[in-house]
Amino acid sequence: MTDTPIVSVRDLRVYYGTVRGSVRAVDGVSLDIGAGEVVGLVGESGCGKSTFGRGILGLLPEGAASNGEVIYGGRNLVGMSPKDLRRLRGPDLGLVFQEPMTRLNPLMRIEDHFKETLEQHESNLTDREIRRRSLETLGRMGIPPTRFRQYPHEFSGGMRQRIMIALALVLRPKLLVADEPTTSLDVIVEAQILAILADLRETFGTALLLITHNLGIVAEACDRVAVMYAGKIVEEGPARDVFIEPAHPYTKALLSSTISLDTEELHSIAGAPPNLIAPPLGCRFHSRCPDAMVVCGWKDPVELQLGEGRRTACWLHGPAEEIPPGETAPLERTELAVAEEA
Amino acid sequence: MSIGAPTSDAGAREPAAADAPLVSIRHLKTYYPIRGSFGQRLLGREAGYVKAVDDISLDLARGEVVGLVGESGSGKTTLGRTILGLVRATSGEVIFDGREITAMSERQLRPVRREMQVVFQDPHASLNPAMTIEESVGHPLRIHKIAKGVELRRRVAEVLATVGLSPPEQYMDKYPSDLSGGQKQRAVIARAIVLNPSLLVADEPVSMLDMSVRAKILELMLYLKRELDLTYLYITHDLATAKFFCDRIAILYLGRIVEIGPSDVIYEDPKHPYTKALLRAIPEPDPRRSVPRDLPRGEVPDAARPPRGCSFHPRCPLAFEVCGWEPRDLADLLEARWALQPEVEYEAERAIVGDLSVLATEETTVRLKASAKDGGPAIARFLETVRADDPGNPFWKGVRKIVPADGHVDLEMFEPLAPRQLAVGTSQVECHLFDDDALAEGRKRGLERDST
Repeated sequence: MTDTPIVSVRDLRVYYGTVRGSVRAVDGVSLDIGAGEVVGLVGESGCGKSTFGRGILGLLPEGAASNGEVIYGGRNLVGMSPKDLRRLRGPDLGLVFQEPMTRLNPLMRIEDHFKETLEQHESNLTDREIRRRSLETLGRMGIPPTRFRQYPHEFSGGMRQRIMIALALVLRPKLLVADEPTTSLDVIVEAQILAILADLRETFGTALLLITHNLGIVAEACDRVAVMYAGKIVEEGPARDVFIEPAHPYTKALLSSTISLDTEELHSIAGAPPNLIAPPLGCRFHSRCPDAMVVCGWKDPVELQLGEGRRTACWLHGPAEEIPPGETAPLERTELAVAEEA
Repeated sequence: MSIGAPTSDAGAREPAAADAPLVSIRHLKTYYPIRGSFGQRLLGREAGYVKAVDDISLDLARGEVVGLVGESGSGKTTLGRTILGLVRATSGEVIFDGREITAMSERQLRPVRREMQVVFQDPHASLNPAMTIEESVGHPLRIHKIAKGVELRRRVAEVLATVGLSPPEQYMDKYPSDLSGGQKQRAVIARAIVLNPSLLVADEPVSMLDMSVRAKILELMLYLKRELDLTYLYITHDLATAKFFCDRIAILYLGRIVEIGPSDVIYEDPKHPYTKALLRAIPEPDPRRSVPRDLPRGEVPDAARPPRGCSFHPRCPLAFEVCGWEPRDLADLLEARWALQPEVEYEAERAIVGDLSVLATEETTVRLKASAKDGGPAIARFLETVRADDPGNPFWKGVRKIVPADGHVDLEMFEPLAPRQLAVGTSQVECHLFDDDALAEGRKRGLERDST
């Protein structure tokens, strides 16, 4: 990346308070997103990827505490007042959720959804202008103007998701966070929506953080990918490089467990992700890692740069001088039961 | 076993030959009535039907794994439920192990149900949160009065170990909320096999699970098939997992099997344009591949008003003269055009054609009325402009002629032909592209159209 990123996250932590203790959903995550960039964030359910997406937008539920930095336009969004955050959300930072049915008001026409959104954030627009902007954005999402006055129930699932995306994009945000935007859609419709998202840069100049558990989606649509495990980013880099030559054993395992048409043998990842109330010492993946060494069981891995824009946190890549002598020996582990799984 | 053996003739068991299919489905139809207005309901009138399963014939050989693949609304789940007797068939037959079951009463079905079990998509919703795993998994044994007490506990422990939930004592007294998604699905599978069934219908058994455990559950199901001689009906929208699992695959679209064949043939040499599109749309974790752009337009249409001719024709890039092009396809074409136009141009064009709702007809010919007395030629000119802008759009192949008059235009489409199921190699395909008669008719119609 040559330009300064639009959003720069530094050491973000988000903890949820529960009766059993605090859950460290996001535990010291740093990530930059450049202008117009499409970044994929992948991981198993419960790894903290959705919390991270919401943390960026300051949309955390009650009982969540966050610290660290989310720098946008020179200001830190962590700790910003709800009022200031609301002003940024929408025109600057947009969000698209899964399950579009639950996000549109069934009693409001599509037209009114757009009117409400635009009036809220750009109160100087005339009705004529609102209509023009809305129709243009919807059109680029493939929704014809003939349907502008219809209600949400008159649209199919895929069209509703297009409307949701249009509703976020009509404000021309600099960054759109899309959390599993295609999960409940059919394969062909999913591919249609992905084609739209992958083109956001050309059509709207918007950067995209695409949160998903499906590596296939990331490979096809993203410039860069960050792999998250148990609240931490274990590897990040250009999507192409990471997929062709994954550095972290978790990335490798995740890739080989993805079932696609090219898959020749079924693979799965043994064991289950750790409890984030009391995360294990050392590397959080060590109990499931086929390559774990003695050092991995007690010492936090150090994040390393691996060439242009690539980083990973894994002792297999060093730094060798920080591994105590003899601790590169394989880690002895208790046998995992068959059903120890996610 | 003779417990609860039916006394009437309908349930009497004719010994089925060992090489006879376990399940034989013949011309099965399952229609759901559409409830109309309050008045119609009051009079007991139906407003029409959704043909969820529309004349499907299919055999499942013993020990075979057949995949039913399709998008939502394809009828795959209804077909599975009809086979299980959970939904009443409208007509046709389901012969399970020599017995015709669609006409059976609930009471007659009960002993048959022991032999056919189901695993649903959502493991979180399939288990009663107030029952322990032992109670849930042992429930079928209790209902069918096969075991209780110590014997029940022993059998539950055995089946839990079979599905990998071992040591069983560690899981038996737990509640579903204590288990992970993968473990819950194992418990659901344990409950399905505890009665030692011969058929297992698995409806999207892994699609709610994390990628990291999908492979494990699929492997478990393959293991159980070998160990317990199971026959599977695997219902899914995901052609990638079906590839690992199925001997044969049936592709469903709006209630019909559009293609069926051996798995390797479906993947290596798909025939139906819909099968090809489904395969192309699967995301690949290969960064050298980019998002496919040549995808079918739109989504699965409303099953209450399916397209005429071949149901897939409005989305098919290869559809031609006989495939069933109809006036409402013009509405879709115009809407797609208008989505990309500036508002002013859209308003102008819309004013020329007027109300699109006249296109929502089952007729082959439709009259577009102009708002002005002499506006007919303007509509015709407009349609010619639209055609000239995108002459390759297959819709135009279906237009027989456009006849302008003073105040209107008649748009005449070719009559639709219903596709026939044809054998192509080892597959069966329902597509006009493989039907020489349909191709010949298409050429004839093309000549007729071009000469006018």
